[in-house]
Amino acid sequence: MGFLSVEAVSKEFPGVRGSAVTRALETTDLTVEDNDFITILGPSGCGKSTLLRIIAGLETLGTGRVLLDGAPVARPGPDRGMVFQSYTLFPWLTVRDNIRFGSRASDAKADELIGKVGLRGFENHFPKMLSGGMQQRTALARALANDPKILLLDEPFGALDNQTRALMQELLLGIWEADKKTVLFVTHDIDEAIFMANRVAVMSARPGRIKATLAIDLPHPRHYTMKTTPEFSRYKAEITEQIRVESIRAIEMEAA
Amino acid sequence: MFEPLKPVPRDARIFLGAAFFVVFLAAWALATFGGLIDELFLKDPVYTLKIGIELFTEYGFLKDVGVTVWRVVGGFVLAAAVAVPLGILMGAFKPIEAFFEPFISFARYMPASAFIPLLILWAGVGEAQKLLVIFIGSVFQLVLMISVIVGSTRRDLVEAAYTLGADSGGIVRRVMLPGAAPQIAETLRLVLGWAWTYVIVAELVGSSSGIGHMIMDSQRLLDTGQMIFGIFCIGVIGLVSDLIFKWVNQRLYPWAF
Repeated sequence: MGFLSVEAVSKEFPGVRGSAVTRALETTDLTVEDNDFITILGPSGCGKSTLLRIIAGLETLGTGRVLLDGAPVARPGPDRGMVFQSYTLFPWLTVRDNIRFGSRASDAKADELIGKVGLRGFENHFPKMLSGGMQQRTALARALANDPKILLLDEPFGALDNQTRALMQELLLGIWEADKKTVLFVTHDIDEAIFMANRVAVMSARPGRIKATLAIDLPHPRHYTMKTTPEFSRYKAEITEQIRVESIRAIEMEAA
Repeated sequence: MFEPLKPVPRDARIFLGAAFFVVFLAAWALATFGGLIDELFLKDPVYTLKIGIELFTEYGFLKDVGVTVWRVVGGFVLAAAVAVPLGILMGAFKPIEAFFEPFISFARYMPASAFIPLLILWAGVGEAQKLLVIFIGSVFQLVLMISVIVGSTRRDLVEAAYTLGADSGGIVRRVMLPGAAPQIAETLRLVLGWAWTYVIVAELVGSSSGIGHMIMDSQRLLDTGQMIFGIFCIGVIGLVSDLIFKWVNQRLYPWAF
């Protein structure tokens, strides 16, 4: 049993006004070791966000159970830090107060995190004055401020432009390499999934389940130039093939 | 020039806004001095201004204005004191909303002015009756609008707060309230404007002071100048209170503007 274990978890959403029940997540298992960095990769609508939200406690379980450090997960809590795809900073709080929202961490701790995510000089800015990348860096610092057992990231860089996204990937990886955290990272971007992860969990089309996990044996620290190495390309070719099959299935199901 | 949503420079905006007042005054002057309208029905602007100054200097109109402002503010503060907490609770907690919402939706269609005869019977013609008219006119609208504002708190902010360890009380106090505060303030500003219409209706019936009472008296004297001046006074006071409200909101909630 791992540090986080997802055991036979599935999820259905009830039909609205007599329409059929939507099966969002097929029975799925996943084991995450302490200090592991796992990316969950899948075509859109495969239920990868649903899986993450179940682990976060934001969705109820259909079947199965989720254990974190031996204790069952039932509701959201500060031991599972989350960064969302949408910008979820509190607009009425400054960068520093956003970071201190959950932990009510000391000023010193907040300042340390502000330095870590490169926002020194912006402590007293309101979110609307920040770029998308800066907002997500603040959100990351806010999640880290609670010192969570696991960090859950739901396509956190999905709304950012490519250049910013690449920088954010390196920033997050740098923090992980320095501090060692258990991270679960949902994405639909194959490069991102390989670059960030120790293991990539590939999901099938809706109703999704984790159909394969693939260890990524690339050395740390990782640098963006790694994305052009032959090793990286081999991983990419293999995963692209797996994902392609699922994407085709997903499109066929939509057409049906 | 007429490109959709294209902003207008500040100077031009002020000029355009002032220009309509000038056009309005000019049309009024033309209609009255030009003899298009009999002075029995509409007095000219110069007479209206003169009689207005006289109202203040000779007839103690300032006291009437003060009384009316007091009634509006008093009734409105009472309504807000009930509506803001109730609206927040309804917006945050669905069972409370389910309990109150149907009745309040019904109650808000009951016209406040229709209560005046009843209220005179119950509360006499004193201040309590005037305050109650404004209270009834504002409170139901306020409750519903505030409950909608609080209920439309962004779900993702609520979820983010949960993952940061907030409990139910924390969600209401630290997410819903601060998030809704600027819009609640805007709603108060809007409904305060409506309260002005109720106070005048209340003062037209069974009152011995206030702007509405003065307008009623002027009708008996067929002095349209005084009536128009009284109505304009309300407009000016409304505009000023509106500007003050806006200014305070922008200072209180710099993140929202």
